[in-house]
This record gives sequence, structure tokens and C-alpha cells, in this order.
Amino acid sequence: MDAQTQMRVDNGINVEALLGAREALSKMPEAARFNWRATCEWINGTHARSTIDSYFGLGEEQMHRMAHRIDSDHPELFAAEDHGATPVEIVLAGLAGCLTAGIAAVAQNRNIQLRSVKATLEAGMDLQGILGIDSEVRNGFDGVKVIFDIDADATREEIEALVAQSQKRSAVFDIFTNPTDVSVMVS
Amino acid sequence: MNAAAFSAGSLQVGTVDVVIVGAGHSGLAMSHCLGRRGIDHVVLERGEVANAWRHERWDSLRLLTPNWLTRLPGMAYDGDDPDGYMRRDEVAAFIARYARTSGAPVRTGTTVRAVMADDAGYRVDTDRGRWRCRAVVLASGAFARPSVPRIGASLPGGVAQLTPYQYRNPGQVEAGGVLVVGASATGLQLADELQRAGHPVTLAIGEHVRMPRMYRGRDIQWWMHAAGLLDQRYDALDDLSRARGVASPQLIGSRERAIMDLNALSAGGARLVGRVANVRDGQVQFSGALRNVCALADLKMARLLATIDTWAATHIDDGSLPPAERFDATRLPEKKILGLNLKREGIRTVIWATGFRPDYSWLKLPVLDAKGNIRHNGGVADAPGLYVMGLPFLRRRKSSFIHGAEDDAQDLAGHLAGYLDALSRPGPSRACPASGTRSRSRHGALEADRAVRPRCD
Repeated sequence: MDAQTQMRVDNGINVEALLGAREALSKMPEAARFNWRATCEWINGTHARSTIDSYFGLGEEQMHRMAHRIDSDHPELFAAEDHGATPVEIVLAGLAGCLTAGIAAVAQNRNIQLRSVKATLEAGMDLQGILGIDSEVRNGFDGVKVIFDIDADATREEIEALVAQSQKRSAVFDIFTNPTDVSVMVS
Repeated sequence: MNAAAFSAGSLQVGTVDVVIVGAGHSGLAMSHCLGRRGIDHVVLERGEVANAWRHERWDSLRLLTPNWLTRLPGMAYDGDDPDGYMRRDEVAAFIARYARTSGAPVRTGTTVRAVMADDAGYRVDTDRGRWRCRAVVLASGAFARPSVPRIGASLPGGVAQLTPYQYRNPGQVEAGGVLVVGASATGLQLADELQRAGHPVTLAIGEHVRMPRMYRGRDIQWWMHAAGLLDQRYDALDDLSRARGVASPQLIGSRERAIMDLNALSAGGARLVGRVANVRDGQVQFSGALRNVCALADLKMARLLATIDTWAATHIDDGSLPPAERFDATRLPEKKILGLNLKREGIRTVIWATGFRPDYSWLKLPVLDAKGNIRHNGGVADAPGLYVMGLPFLRRRKSSFIHGAEDDAQDLAGHLAGYLDALSRPGPSRACPASGTRSRSRHGALEADRAVRPRCD
């Protein structure tokens, strides 16, 4: 690829910075250890508000540019007031956001100009699980489908490869597909 | 010298310029190249020549490369089945014959206990005494130890666990189901063999490399060799560490030249599941990323075949070449299995085909990285006069194949000769002999230098 093609592709991703970080962190593995946090306060009913502001990384405390708030609730169908998306929908949004960001980063690295990327996600769930009707039914999703509609200067195979590579490097995809040890305690 | 000193490995056996650890194909190729340069050396071998091929491989194993490609510096396959694939005993015999014809100075039955630096270069302690040398070549094998994930310890009792080196043949495996973990050449070959012997097989699949045995009428290795893919150099890659970690391709060397892939296995009845992710309450949990690892392998294979087609279009002027082929995508069951209770499923045996690692437990030198891999630049290790051979993508894509040893041994013997040469020249240049890429390969000059150089010890 010559410098001119490189210049033309702009997905808003600073690949040099990402590759630089990779290079630097491979030499300082302790700086690569991040800690992500969220706090959440109950408001009323099933309405709760999560706040995300600080995290730990590169060996020190870090702050987001501003505190991000996410309201979660349940729809009226659940006799709730629908002040926000349900937590499971927020989890889906996490997967979508992670895969989409990955696609942009991989596309930039592969010199592919994106014009539009749209993900549609669907996850099945049998409520007999969370309602305790049938103990054989799991609480969570029985499967997740993600469909990407991508318009880019690339062949279909190249686009499929972008999507595959994004999954391979996605944190949320990994969280979905592999068991994670979770401890929940009372302070 | 008393028996105690002997057993402690302190008996001085000899001083040589170079000690090569391991008399497999890599060590012997290096020995041949050093011998051609008149460099004084010895090859130490814990067992007999080609020991791993004789004692640490399953019975049905054949090379993944055809016979015509099986060659070492100064010796090529000369049998009557150039398109066949050697059985493990044939490989052992080939390597043993090579050791004899090249006159390699091999000390068999000599186990290296420690390699450490000393003022003259290196000290190599063995169970048969001590060697001193200026340079060491580590050729003890990239696949010395099977690597088994820690999860193995959490499997329920009563389930037999085997590594590919403990496994010999299906007769050794208890009747009942088998979980084969790993989808490289090893995992697929063992899964296939066990399935044919009547065991219900479940195959746990992580990232893998898919490849057809034959493509457009020729062996896939022929294409990769002819198109120069096997000669791709380590210093021309964007992501070398990834390339070095890639699993062996899903291939089998068989008379039928059959395709060995996940579709072939599932057609035979195997259940395909994701990578083993965890064991909880007697239940083995599998990753839900199976679709994606298969998609990655399918896409990568399609890219390889497209590369071959492009090359063929400009390099093969033969109307009889069959047209380009594409293969079915990996077929996966609609219903994904994310966990299995081994007991309930009747799975009595787990085989960990989860890769292999070199064994450097005896290397008392600060050259290993945090993951226990040796730090090296194309086989020139991170200590003056220390070299390593036979690792995946050491210098080229073919480095861990038998035929890959030749070019690597030539290159590294050249570097090593330059190193010894610099050592023997008085003056400050002695201090940094390992930093350069200089290689003195002219025999005459090298011999002349050797004749006049002062000994360092």
C-alpha cells in the first residue's frame, strides 16, 4: 500500500497510536492490566442508574472525559415504567458497540474505507428461566444473532474477514462466549 | 576421577568449539553444515538418533509433507514413492541414515542436565560428564513437551487423560466416548483414528488452520513450496509472534491423500464443540465462539487458495491444470453444545492435543521471556554464541518442517562461523561478536583464521 492510499482511508481510527500502544504494552505487561468499573444506584421499582467515570490503566487511576450515565429499567409489559433499556438490552448494546469499534479499527488497519456499518442484534430468552417456572431453562440468552450491514470499499470476503477478525479481538464477544468468574458480595 | 564426580556431571569429557543439543533432523543438519566448514563440534543426544520419532509419537503418524520434499543438507529422499508420506519409523530410519552418512559426531545416551555460561563460553553438564565450548546450538525440539491446560486438573476423577505422546493407538483407549481437545493436525488425526475404531468422538475446536491435501491435482505442499510461501522469511512479517504461534495445518499424510477437515470428521459422526473454556461441577464448558473460529479458518483457506491461483495463472503454462476449486464452508450443527457432563455422556477419555512446547528446563541462561520462550532473532539467541534451531517460523515458514532445516542450518552455521572467527581475533571487537549479522563463509579464510587463533580457555 502506498502512502496516498493510506491517506485516503479515514475511519476516524488512529492506527499508529493503537499499534504504538500494542508495542509499548508488550514490553510492559503490568501497564496492560486495566480495571473497569461501574457503580449503580437503585432509583425506584426496577429503575436503576449506572455511572461510569473512573477506571484504572497504564499503572494509574484514569478518568473518562465526563461521567457517563446509563439508566436501566423494564418495559411496561413487566409492570415497570420503562425509564431505560433493560439490562439485557444494554448488554447487547455492549456487544454491538465492541464489535463495531473492532470493525472500524481492523478496517483502518487493513486500509479499507468504511461508508456505513449497521449492526442488528437479536437474542432469544425463555422467561421461564428468570421467573423460576422451569429450572432446566437458563436465565440468560439461549443464543445471540448479530447481523452486520456494511458498506465499504472492499469485497464481500474482505468484509467477512473484517467481521471475523473483530470477533476474534473483541472483549465483549469473549465475555459472551466464555465463562467468567463473577463474585457478588455485600460490603 | 571417582564415581561420585562422574554422576555429578563434573567429569570433564572434552572441549569443542560447538555443542549441539539434540540429534534430530535440526541438530544433524547443523552438524552437517558445521562439519562442512571444518568447525569442531559434538552432538549430544539423550536417547538415540531421532529419539522422539522412535519413542514419543503415535503409531500411525506420518509426515505432513510428501517424500520428495523430505530432504536434509546433503541428502534427499531417494526411495520409489516420492509422492508418499513417511511413517514415523521411516522418518527415524531416514534421520539415522543421515547421521551415519554425514558422519555426525553424535554422543547418544547423553542427557544434558545444564547449559550455563563460563569464562570460555559455555559449560554443558550431562549425565556423562561436562563439555566446554564456545557456542551452543539448541536443537532439542520445538515439540518436546505436550502442553496441557491447567483445566485438566479440574476434570472429574475416573476420566483418563492422555497427551499425544502417551497415546499410541486406539487399542490403548478404554471403550466409550473420547473428547479430543484441539483441532490442529494432531487433534484431527487422533479424532479420526479413534472414530474409525468405534469411539464416539467429541472434538473441541479453537483457532485452526484448514487446508486441502490436494489442490488442482497437486499436493498443497507442492503449491506452497513452488509459490515460495514456505520460504517466507521471519523478518518480512507484520506479526511474527502470531505466525510463530499458528497451529499445524489440518492435514494428514495418507495413501488416499484424503482431506482431513472438520467436515470430514463430522460426516463420520464426530460432535464439534468450541474450545474448552472451563470445568464446573463435572461439566466441561465450551466456548460459544466456534462459528467464528471456523469462519476465520474458512476465510484464511480461501485466501491461500486465491494466492495459489494467482501464482498459477502466471507461472504454470499447462493446459492440463485442473480449474480452481473452492471447498464447502465448515458445517456446524444448528444446535450448539456449550457444555457436557462427561460422565453422563459416557466420555471416558480426554486427549489433550493442545500443542507442544520446547523444554528448556536445563538452560541456565537468562534468555527466556516471561512465557518461557527463548528470545532469539532468526535463531540467533539473546546470548553471544547461543543458537536455536527447529522452532516454528524460526527463519522461514518452513523452519519446523524437516526440509526447512537446510536453509536455516546454512544461515546459522554461517553466523556461528563468523562468531567463532570474531572470538579468535584479538582486540576490542571480541566484546560484541554476537551483535552483527556478519558471516564468514569462505572456507579458506575460516580455516586460516582457525589455525592461528589463540584459545580462549
